[in-house]
Amino acid sequence: MYEIRIHGRGGQGAVMAGGILATALVLEGKYVVAVPSFGFERRGAPVSSFLRFDEREIRQMTNIYRPDCVLCIDPTVARAVNVFEGVRDGAVLVQTTGKPLGDFQLPPQVATVGLCDAVAIALDIFKRSITNTIMLGAFARTTGLVSLESLQAAIRKSDFRDAGLKQNMAALERGFEATEVHQIERMAAA
Amino acid sequence: MSAILKPKSKLIVCDGNEAAAWAVSLANVDMVAVYPITPQSSLVEYLAKFIADGRLGAEIVDVEGEHSVLSVLQGACLAGARTYTASCGPGLAFMFEPYLRTPGLRLPLVMTIVTRDTLTPQSVWGGHQDAMSVREVGWVQMYCESVQEVLDTTIMAYRIAEHSDVMLPVNICHDGNYLSFGAARCELPEQAEVNDFLGEKNVNWHVALDPRRPMAVDPLTGGAGGPGPSTFVRYRKGQCSGMQNSLRVITEVHEDWGRRFGRSHAPLVESYRMEGADYAMVTIGSMTGAAKDAVDEARARGEKVGLVKVKTYRPFPAEALVAALAEVKAAGVVDRSVSFGWNCGPLYQDAITAMYDAPKRVPMMSFIGGLAGADLTVGHFERVIGRVRELARDGRPAGTVWLNEKD
Repeated sequence: MYEIRIHGRGGQGAVMAGGILATALVLEGKYVVAVPSFGFERRGAPVSSFLRFDEREIRQMTNIYRPDCVLCIDPTVARAVNVFEGVRDGAVLVQTTGKPLGDFQLPPQVATVGLCDAVAIALDIFKRSITNTIMLGAFARTTGLVSLESLQAAIRKSDFRDAGLKQNMAALERGFEATEVHQIERMAAA
Repeated sequence: MSAILKPKSKLIVCDGNEAAAWAVSLANVDMVAVYPITPQSSLVEYLAKFIADGRLGAEIVDVEGEHSVLSVLQGACLAGARTYTASCGPGLAFMFEPYLRTPGLRLPLVMTIVTRDTLTPQSVWGGHQDAMSVREVGWVQMYCESVQEVLDTTIMAYRIAEHSDVMLPVNICHDGNYLSFGAARCELPEQAEVNDFLGEKNVNWHVALDPRRPMAVDPLTGGAGGPGPSTFVRYRKGQCSGMQNSLRVITEVHEDWGRRFGRSHAPLVESYRMEGADYAMVTIGSMTGAAKDAVDEARARGEKVGLVKVKTYRPFPAEALVAALAEVKAAGVVDRSVSFGWNCGPLYQDAITAMYDAPKRVPMMSFIGGLAGADLTVGHFERVIGRVRELARDGRPAGTVWLNEKD
């Protein structure tokens, strides 16, 4: 079982990102459960969404506390919540940012980091900072756990209210292309 | 969020609210009346969309409140229509007057309760308190574990409600938040197969609003003289018989579903890894998935623990529960709601009542968790298993354990 926690802010589409990713994974034959966190979320407030997938049926309908991957679709939400809480050894971080890797303080569990300036891409495509489909592209590039083709198929099946299908397809591809993937080298213990 | 993936595979990814709406559409319902309330709102939005898109050829009535929702549906049902609504929490409370009357009218209404904890304290999140508060009103109530079970059970509910030996309204309860908004891979049955499964619509053969055949519905009955008392008793006993008959009908309908669609759900109670179990957990609703995972982990450690899930809660499947728990040395019952009158969970209260008829006494304890949206994880069930193991050893139950008290 592989567990992903998506962090974002209300209005960026963190829950919808979970739904699109779930559909893409099911297209690849996986079993998936996606559970949003619930509250009086409003535009700009920190939100999260949980997704687990496996080769066999998943029974737990619960939140995720020990993620294998943290997908952070907002550049500053990490100031408001500890996005690394409970991450497993060898974890993956996929982060929206305009900053270089050296600016991040990463916990020792994080082994792989994908960085993507999704806000800049979103401002270019959507004229506002809706980053969800861009960061799904970044997720695919960083982890290789889902194909770009499956994500495209899943987006084609989705209802987009605020932005057109064409824009989101472009967003997905640009997110994929613009992502830098870093493997974190750790000093061996002396 | 939904998507039909391949034309032939009929696999979709949807949440429990959308699954219920798909089921209602497949059941060819004639009349839907709605009033939105969290966490049910998206369910009725999906239905409105299906009707607007022409997928479901039903009338939808967007009324001014839940009292009118059920009043509209009572009229429609009396005129022979297949009906549906969904509500929860404060909406269900506002619906209570016609809700109370529906079983006595023997109307086969189907209604989802997207369960929500009751006020106050103020809360908009899931918990079974609303559904549990109306457990003694005479509706059949079934609780679902998964998104797929929501879809399948909602279709089955029509065959159960409309069966001539039952003729009672049915609630399908699915957990607010974890099932209402939790999405999973789900198989969508073919329309033609659902049509065959449900058979010819025969909603209201016993009493009908028909201008060509006027009749008085629900005349004054009872009092202390004349035929009143015995007539009233006849109605009441008839209702109780319908409830008891539903245990058999629910079982038959679930068996037929499994045969036709290749997916089986336990109709009354499900025994999970109960072979040779020394002790057991009893669960209800969506918590069951994590509880089963906890049982697997404990079994892998060599613990002889099993699980019994209660699906049909009203009427209470007493015989089935006794049969499932007869051999264990102890059991822990996990509720997602509170019985204020007994200082424990309501399912626990039902379980110990049923177990009075067990061949030997089984020590039992009440665990309450998952109130108002709180998560019930594998870790919580590990604690339950640990405590029940102790109970199996010493036979001395303690007071109610509140699982999220120190989360």
